[in-house]
Amino acid sequence: MISLLPISSLLLAAGEVNITALDKFKDFVNRWSVPQYSLPLFCIIMFAAFIWYRKWTKPIVFWPLMLGFTVVYFAFIPLDESYASILKKPDNVPITMMIFLTLYFLWLGLRQAAINDENMEIGKPLIEEDREDKVLCWPDLVYTELLAMVLCTVVLIVWSVLLKAPLESPANPAGPPNPSKAPWYFLGLQELLVYFDPWMAGVVLPGLIILGLAAMPYIDTNPKGNGYYTFKERRFAILTWMFGYLILWCVLIVFGTFLRGPNWNFFGPFQVWDPYRVDPLTNINISDVWYVVLLGGKLPDNLLVREWPGLLFTFFWLCVLPVLMTKIGFFGRLRAQMGFSRYYLMAVLFVIMMLVPVKMVGRWTFNLKYIIAMPEINFNL
Amino acid sequence: MIQGVINSIRESQVWSSIFRHGIPRDRRTRVMAIMSNVFLHLHPVAVRKSGIRLSFTWCMGGLTFFLFIAETISGVLLMFYYRPVVEYAYSDIIGMRAHLTLGIMREIHRWGAHAMIISVWLHMMRVFLTGSYKPPREFNWVVGVILLVLTMLLSFTGYLLPWDQLAIWAITVGSKMAEATPFAGMAGPGTELLQLPGGIPIVTPYSDAKFLLLGGESVGEAALLRFYVLHCIAIPLGAATLIAVHFWRIRKDGGISGPM
Ligand code: HEM
Repeated sequence: MISLLPISSLLLAAGEVNITALDKFKDFVNRWSVPQYSLPLFCIIMFAAFIWYRKWTKPIVFWPLMLGFTVVYFAFIPLDESYASILKKPDNVPITMMIFLTLYFLWLGLRQAAINDENMEIGKPLIEEDREDKVLCWPDLVYTELLAMVLCTVVLIVWSVLLKAPLESPANPAGPPNPSKAPWYFLGLQELLVYFDPWMAGVVLPGLIILGLAAMPYIDTNPKGNGYYTFKERRFAILTWMFGYLILWCVLIVFGTFLRGPNWNFFGPFQVWDPYRVDPLTNINISDVWYVVLLGGKLPDNLLVREWPGLLFTFFWLCVLPVLMTKIGFFGRLRAQMGFSRYYLMAVLFVIMMLVPVKMVGRWTFNLKYIIAMPEINFNL
Repeated sequence: MIQGVINSIRESQVWSSIFRHGIPRDRRTRVMAIMSNVFLHLHPVAVRKSGIRLSFTWCMGGLTFFLFIAETISGVLLMFYYRPVVEYAYSDIIGMRAHLTLGIMREIHRWGAHAMIISVWLHMMRVFLTGSYKPPREFNWVVGVILLVLTMLLSFTGYLLPWDQLAIWAITVGSKMAEATPFAGMAGPGTELLQLPGGIPIVTPYSDAKFLLLGGESVGEAALLRFYVLHCIAIPLGAATLIAVHFWRIRKDGGISGPM
């Protein structure tokens, strides 16, 4: 941090000379950080990172990238008050740690995957293949463990001395703060509340995440890549999992903690949290689109008649799509390899996960509110 | 001189009653060091070299375990000063900061909890990337998934205890989700359809999922006690038990994974 200050003040000096350039940059970032632009961008970055994983994981490429990212990340603390106030909030410090540790370990894993994949192509042994005998746990393992414990203790104590645990005013059941936020590790789910009702975002989706994770070893029948780092041998598994973890879990947490302000409105990293900003809600349901916009009439009274377009879509998405997918070569091969129950368990979990980005895109493109809207029985999807 | 003192300590009856082997310098005594110690014998005597490389395991499982222990110890210390009652909870937290020498126990406990969440996620990511959930370790992955949930629930239940604005409103957000449980929460889809003949509802505001979580209709006295008991007793016991199973299974599944 301290060593970054000169760089920031340099930027600051440059900013004084040309304050509008800095403001323009901030404005640019603010505008691009809204989910409809930044989420697709993060997806593109993630997929590009996996396509070119052998290139950027070379230390000579990765470390300058990481350094650049670190500098930019921290340089704006002295340059922008709202950014600083977000990053310095004690309960937000773990998010910064999560961002950096996740990037670092993603690199560490993919770097070894890249080396292993290359080694396999030229017939050299894997990093993990031992040519030596086993080593004794004393001293080789216990000393590493001791060192890790000491380091961890030191980090924890320094962190605790530097940063006071937050304590706000006493609980007041009559005065909710705005915004009211769940603990940070659940903010990905709270962010999903923008797109889904609580029964989906808070119950069904987390339940399926747990179920899907637990079912994973029984679904993934690919015998390769067991006990060593590789990407080439498990492309689909790794891409799917990482999409869920990095984009739908971690990035949404960053949104929820850093970029959601009063009334859960979205604010760019350099935007002041204005509690009076009102974002117009013009969202419409699929049934509105069908009956009102397209047919120019009004909504029928009968629940099932009214909601048939959404019900049909949902039926198609959950029940027909997994079958249709088998017509695509890749999923067809999976279906043949995995057998009936494994394939359909995987495919249904997969399409439900994909329902999340699909609904997001619906929201961004035509203000989709609900696919199925049955507020009469609290059933809105 | 110093060597002499050390030697006489090592030869004393007390020392040799505790450590039944010599200094771990050769193969035999090193094996003994692991085998004759109840904690160290969680480890096998010998391991594959690549299995303990830091860049393979990232030490994240180990750190998660260490943080769990650090949380247990600092948590016990906090329990000496904290009363889970609405009248006292908040002022006890203030008192901890104001009156205790080196009052960073609350900080250690809070930041340790955050760190444990991050480390357990990274551990899961490592196990995923090395494909270590594949046979024969499927079940241990499932145990791990339950541990993941327990770790987050531990943190979540602890979040309420300071009884400040941050605490009750975060838990309120959580309880809104419980209220929306399909067929079990008052605001959940389908709950109203569950009726006995004569239109008597099966799920009422006093028996739905949110009530189960909070022991009341909103975050109050009963919720504080519930979360306290879950946080200090029920979930830690469950997690400790499952961690034992997790470690035992690592050994039974053939140690840290590696290429066949
Ligand atoms: C309280 C939480 C947890 C603790 C204390 C813990 C501890 C450990 C430790 C110490 C190891 C030894 C190797 C290493 O450090 O990587 C290990 C291995 C393992 N863990 Fe965990 N773990 C936890 C949670 C999890 C979770 C969330 C998962 C997965 C969802 C998981 C799955 C596994 C598997 C499959 C292995 C065997 C890996 C191998 O053989 O390479 N664990 N765990």
